[in-house]
Parts: sequence; structure tokens; C-alpha cells
Amino acid sequence: MPESVAVNESAVLAGAPVTAAGARTRLVRRLLRNHSVVIGGSVFLVLVLVALFADALSPYSPTRLYPAQRLKPPSLSNLLGTDEFGRDIASLVLHGSRVSLLVGGVTMVLTSLGGVLIGLVAGYYRRLDLVIMRVMDGLMAFPAILLAIALMAVRGPGVWNVIFSLSIVYLPRTAMLIRSTALSVRELDYVLAAQALGRGGLAIAFRHILPNCVGPLLVQGTFIFAYAVLAEAILGFLGVGVPPYVPSWGNVIASGKNVIREAFWVSAFPGLALTLAGLSLNLLGDGLRDTLDPRLRRE
Amino acid sequence: MLVVVTVVFLLIHLIPGDPVAVILGPEANAQQIEDARRELGLDRPLHEQLLRFYARLLRGDLGRSYFLDRPVTQALWERAEPTLVLMTAALFVAVLIGVPTGIVAGAYQGSWWDRGLMTLALLGVCVPGFWLSLNFIYLFSVRLGWLPVAGYASVLQDPVAAARYMLLPAVSLGFNQSALIARIARSCMIEVLRQDYIRTARAKGLAERSVIFLHAFRNALVPVVTVIGITMAILIGGAVVTEIVFNIPGLGRLIISAILRRDYPVVQGVVLLTAAAYMLINLMVDVVYAYIDPRIRYA
Repeated sequence: MPESVAVNESAVLAGAPVTAAGARTRLVRRLLRNHSVVIGGSVFLVLVLVALFADALSPYSPTRLYPAQRLKPPSLSNLLGTDEFGRDIASLVLHGSRVSLLVGGVTMVLTSLGGVLIGLVAGYYRRLDLVIMRVMDGLMAFPAILLAIALMAVRGPGVWNVIFSLSIVYLPRTAMLIRSTALSVRELDYVLAAQALGRGGLAIAFRHILPNCVGPLLVQGTFIFAYAVLAEAILGFLGVGVPPYVPSWGNVIASGKNVIREAFWVSAFPGLALTLAGLSLNLLGDGLRDTLDPRLRRE
Repeated sequence: MLVVVTVVFLLIHLIPGDPVAVILGPEANAQQIEDARRELGLDRPLHEQLLRFYARLLRGDLGRSYFLDRPVTQALWERAEPTLVLMTAALFVAVLIGVPTGIVAGAYQGSWWDRGLMTLALLGVCVPGFWLSLNFIYLFSVRLGWLPVAGYASVLQDPVAAARYMLLPAVSLGFNQSALIARIARSCMIEVLRQDYIRTARAKGLAERSVIFLHAFRNALVPVVTVIGITMAILIGGAVVTEIVFNIPGLGRLIISAILRRDYPVVQGVVLLTAAAYMLINLMVDVVYAYIDPRIRYA
């Protein structure tokens, strides 16, 4: 694993014989001592489990319509009430977590991969830097949600199009982060040592610089996950996200907007789920930043 | 700016879908479509359209809207007032809640005040703005009937009605940002209170209150000004969603309908205006910086 290589090298340089395994155990222990990480992580884990077992947990099918049961307030048979088509809100919210987590998770992975690639190239090959960064600046000159809406207009509704659009929108942030980390790391002595040993540029970038980006990347990824979940809901709410028949939190809130006079529960519960997801991810991100990001760690 | 202009132009023209088909409707024959395309200049190659676009832009001409039957600059001008009012009000709310909250929490770090306020702020960051708006509408408009559900009145014509219409949108848009400002203001305050000159001020027997307000407050403001700048940028994006929820006839609704109808000149106009606003905000932040912190002077 490249991570352990880096830990060993820096440990040797520092003159402290620390094993990689020992460093990892200490890291895990430090993470478990952080309340934000533990609380945020647990809530998030529950959400993942809910998404995985949504079928088993849901009392009704989220897509079947029961016109006789429309706009029923929360009761024993429909714990969170029903919407204008008689769909069970609890089942919709449970299934909606799938879309949210899928969009958030895949967007996080795609922006991380793309961001690492672009950021490392820009940070290590100075000649390409100027061009790449101007393009990134151009992308960042729009409000994120406007750019996402415009891209959705190009691609049309659909889960994968939402993921594509949000990945484009959030890519520049990760690329900038990796670039700035790479810029500061490449001046360090051990990179010079690797250069002296005749390592090629790409090898240095990926084996020696990348491991130093893992911490900030993970923190950034968690926040992008949170942004993406929220942005997906906003797109659904505006009617340009996943198609209306797919149960997603944004879609259900949008349909709740039309019936807010008669049935507040239609929009209230999916929104609550959305808030909970955002809360868990923000807690997790805050906690990870405090533990992992050496630049922000208190001395 | 040139990069932004070009990116906007290309992005918009890459959106598949023909504005001519939308304007003329399904009954138009081939000859009519051909004429309309020629009239709008859409029959020319893309690079020629781009050059003409630059030329017109330099003369301050943004073209005519395909649908609204008026120049884009006029359409922008008509729709600017609601958006400006909304953003100003939201910024006012955000700063009014955010700065004092952060300063108090930071000044009494670790106290119950600090913990309570920061838990609220975390919630505030995570609550989706558009969902908060719906809840406000339900509570204050549907249930209590205190405020109108949605709509807009011009500040110049009827200030009282304008305030009643604007209160909920401004609070729901500003609330998220106030939480962000509070968190930053708190950490800046903590940072400043650790400095030596604060110890000096305390050592010479100043009351804690004047230490906080005379010595720490002003220095803690410097980074907060940056955040307020970022806040304004985020508000531009947030305003789009808020305008949809509250049915406010501003730039946000203009661009959404323009994107969906492929009204290229209008989309270009709004996006360029946004990008220009972004840059203006950044410039203002730099100027205010130098004013608050005399150490910052650009050579």
C-alpha cells in the first residue's frame, strides 16, 4: 500500500522508528475519541443500512398508488401519512435514501478521482497548471446550483445525469485542494530525494505526493457527499433532477409543496431525512478534519 | 472574464434543442423555420456566432430575448430589483444573526452558551433552505395567517407589502448563511483571544467587556469579511431556489425559465451578470480588508 510506504519514509526521516501498523492503530483510536466522528459516522451508517434494506423496512411499495388513501395524516397504518396519490410517505422516505446516497457516494468518488488526476498534474507539471486552473476558475465563476441546472438541461432528467452534472460542478474544488497540497509537498526534502534517486515525475506524483493528500481528500469528499445529497434534492425539487416517478427526497418535497395547505407531512418528513443526512455528514466531515488534516490540527 | 464569457457561450450552445422549434410551435413548416433561424443568426457557423457575440458584448448589447420580445438588458433590468432586494435582506439577516452569535460563542468558549449556539449553528448549516422555506410558509402563512404565502410587491411602490412578502424569503435564505458566518466568527474570535496583545490588555486591568469589544472584535472581523463576501456569492445561487419557492419574479426565475426554453441570449445575460457580480464582490472584499486592517496595503 502506498500509504504505508509514505508513513515509513517520513518516519525514517524524522528518526523515529514507528511502524505503519502502529500509526494506523493510533489514528483509529484518535478517530474513535472524537465525538463528531462517532456520532456522525453512526447516524450515517444507519442511513446506509436503511438504504440497503429499504425494501424489507418499507410497509408498502413506494411506487404503488392507493387513490382511496390520498393525503391521509400520519396514523397507525401509514406512520408518516400519505401523499396526493395515496403513496405511503414512510416508504417513500426509506426508498428516497437510495437515490440520495447513490448520488452523494458516486459523486464523491468521481470528484475525488478526477480531482486527484487534475490536481496532481496541475501541481506537478507547472506548464499545464495555468491552463487547467483557468478552466477551473471559469467553472467556479457560476453559482454551483445554476451550473448544475444548466447541465441538467443539456442532459435531461435521470439519476446518472444528476451524478454527472454534480461531479462536474464539484470537481474544481477537489482539484484546487489537491493542487495546493501537491504544491506544498513537492518542495519537501523527501520529494527532492526521490528526484535524486531518478524517479519519474508521475511516479513521484502518485507514490510520494498522493499519500499526503489522502487526509484532506477524505475530508473534502465527506463535504462533497453532503453538498451532492442536498443539490440532488434541490434539482428534484425544481423538477430537473431524477424523473418524478422515482422516489427521491427532493421529488417528494416538491409534490408536498403543492399540497402544503392540506398536508404538511408530505414535505416535512423527507426534509427531515435530508436534514439528518446533511447533519451526519457535516459532523463526520468536521470530526475528520479535526483529526486528519494536519494543517488544522491544534498544537 | 473572457474565459467566462467563452465558456458560457459554448456551454449554452451545446445544449441540444432548437429554440426556433420552441418559438414557432409544432405547426411551423420548414421554410418558416429556415427564415427564423436566419433572422436570429443561428444558421451561421458556431465560431462566427461567437465572434459576433464578442463584438456586440463590447458595445454593451446582450441581444434580444427569443421569447420575451425585448432586449436582454431591459429584461435583466426589470428583473433585477426583486433579486437585489431579496439578497440585501438575506445578507442583513445573515450578518445580524451570524456575527453576534459567533462573537459570543467565541468569547465564552466552552461555556453552555457556546455549546448551545454552536449546536444551533450546525443545525442551521444542515437544514436545507428550500425545505425551511416550506416549513415557514406552512407555519406563518397557512397556520397562523400572518404573512402572505408567496408573491412580491415592489419596495418603491408599497414598502409595507414588500416587507410582508420579503420577510420569509429573506429569513429562510439568510438563516443557512448566518450559521456559516457564526461558525467562522467563533473560530476567529478564539484565535484572536489567544494573541499576546489580548493578554496585555487583560494584564493592564481592562474589563473583560472592553477587551472583547475594543481589542478582539475588530481583529476577528477581518476573516469574517471574507466569509461575508463568500456568503454573497452563495446567496446568488440560493436566491434562485428561494425565488422559485416564493414565486418572486426575479433573475433566478428568469434564468430557470430561460434555460428550460433555450432562450440563449437571456441565459447568457444572467450568467454574465452573475459572473460580473462575483468579481465585483471579490474586489469589494479586498477594499474592505484594507480598510479594517491597515497592515494590508497592496503595493
